[in-house]
Amino acid sequence: MENQFSQEPNSSEVIVVTSGKGGVGKTTTTANVGTGLAKLGKKVCLIDTDIGLRNLDVVMGLENRIVYNLVDVVEGNCRVKQALIRDKRHPGLYLMPSAQTRDKSAVSPGQMIKVIEHLKEQFDYIILDCPAGIEQGFQNAIAGANRALVVTTPEVSAIRDADRIIGLLEANGFKQMDLIINRLRMDMVKRGDMMSAQDVVDILAIPLIGVIPDDENVVVATNQGEPLVGGESPAGQAYANVVQRVLGREVPYLNFDRGISFWTRVTGIFHKA
Amino acid sequence: MRHFFRRKSSCQVAKDRLKILLISDRVNCSPEMMELIKADIAKVISKYMKIDADNIEIQINTKGTKSGRGAKPSLYANIPIVDVSSDMTVNR
Repeated sequence: MENQFSQEPNSSEVIVVTSGKGGVGKTTTTANVGTGLAKLGKKVCLIDTDIGLRNLDVVMGLENRIVYNLVDVVEGNCRVKQALIRDKRHPGLYLMPSAQTRDKSAVSPGQMIKVIEHLKEQFDYIILDCPAGIEQGFQNAIAGANRALVVTTPEVSAIRDADRIIGLLEANGFKQMDLIINRLRMDMVKRGDMMSAQDVVDILAIPLIGVIPDDENVVVATNQGEPLVGGESPAGQAYANVVQRVLGREVPYLNFDRGISFWTRVTGIFHKA
Repeated sequence: MRHFFRRKSSCQVAKDRLKILLISDRVNCSPEMMELIKADIAKVISKYMKIDADNIEIQINTKGTKSGRGAKPSLYANIPIVDVSSDMTVNR
C-alpha cells in the first residue's frame, strides 16, 4: 500500500487538464479524475482556473458552498485554506473555485505558481481545470503544472486544437503529456464514420491514457452534481481506468462493444451480406 | 445500402484533411504564405520552361515517416509543364 500522506515536499503531482477547444470534456475529466483519485485515498485539490466562466463547482455539485475563490486568494482577501471547499462525500477531496464576476487578467501565471506551491504541502494531487483557448487563462493554468492531460474528441476541429495545445505545452517544457479521447462512439467507428482511438493517437503522437465512450450517464451525473467515476456506467468504468493509469498502473482498455446486443449482432450479419 | 455507393469513408476523409491541416499548422505556414511561395516558384520555373501556372499544387508533407511529431516536413510542388522548348531552356 502506498503512503497516503506523503511528506516529501516534491512528491505531489500538479496536473493540468486542457484541450484548446471548448466543450470536449475538460471539466468532466477534471471532476472524475480528481474524484477517482480521492476515492483511492489520495489527497486531491481541484482548481478551477476558468475565471469568469466557472463550471467545475457545478459539475462537482459544490456550487452552494462557495464563499471565497481563487481571485480572493490571489488578492489576499482570504487565506488559501478559506477558499478550499471540502467535498463531504470523499475525504481528502477539495475544490478551489474560480471567480465568476472577474476576468482572466485578475490572475497572473506567477500568482498561480505561488498558490500551487502552497497547496503542494498538503496535497498529493493538484488538478487544474484549464479554460478553452490559448490566451492568458491557458497560460495561468499551465504555469504551475508539471504534467498535462490533453482531452480531445474524435473530431477534426478538436484534434486540430489539441495538436496546437500539445505544441504549446512542448514549447513550455512539458515532458509528460497524456491523451484522453472523449465521446468515442464504437458504432460510428465501425461504420467508418468516426476516427478510432488508434487513428487519433497516430495523428497526435502522444501517449494514450484513456478512452471514454460517449455515454448519456455523463449528462445525468452532471445534472446531479456527482461525478460518475467508478460506477457501473461505461464512462464511469473508463474514468476509473484513467485514474489507475494516472497512478502509473497498467490497465487494459475496455471493450465498448459489450453494449451491442445479440439481436444487433444478428441483424448486423444480414446488413453485411 | 448507402455503404455501396460511398467511395471514401468520412473517417478517412477526416484523417486525410487532418494530415494536411496539422502539417501546415505545425510549420506555422499560413495559406497566404503558401500562395506567395507558389507564385514565386511559378515565376522562377517559367524562366526556363512553359508551365501551367494556374495548376501548380504545393503542399508541405512528411515523407515516408509517420505523421507524428518530430517528423521532418518537406515541401512538394507539382508543376504541370506545357512545353519544354529548346530555345527557352538555352537562351535565358
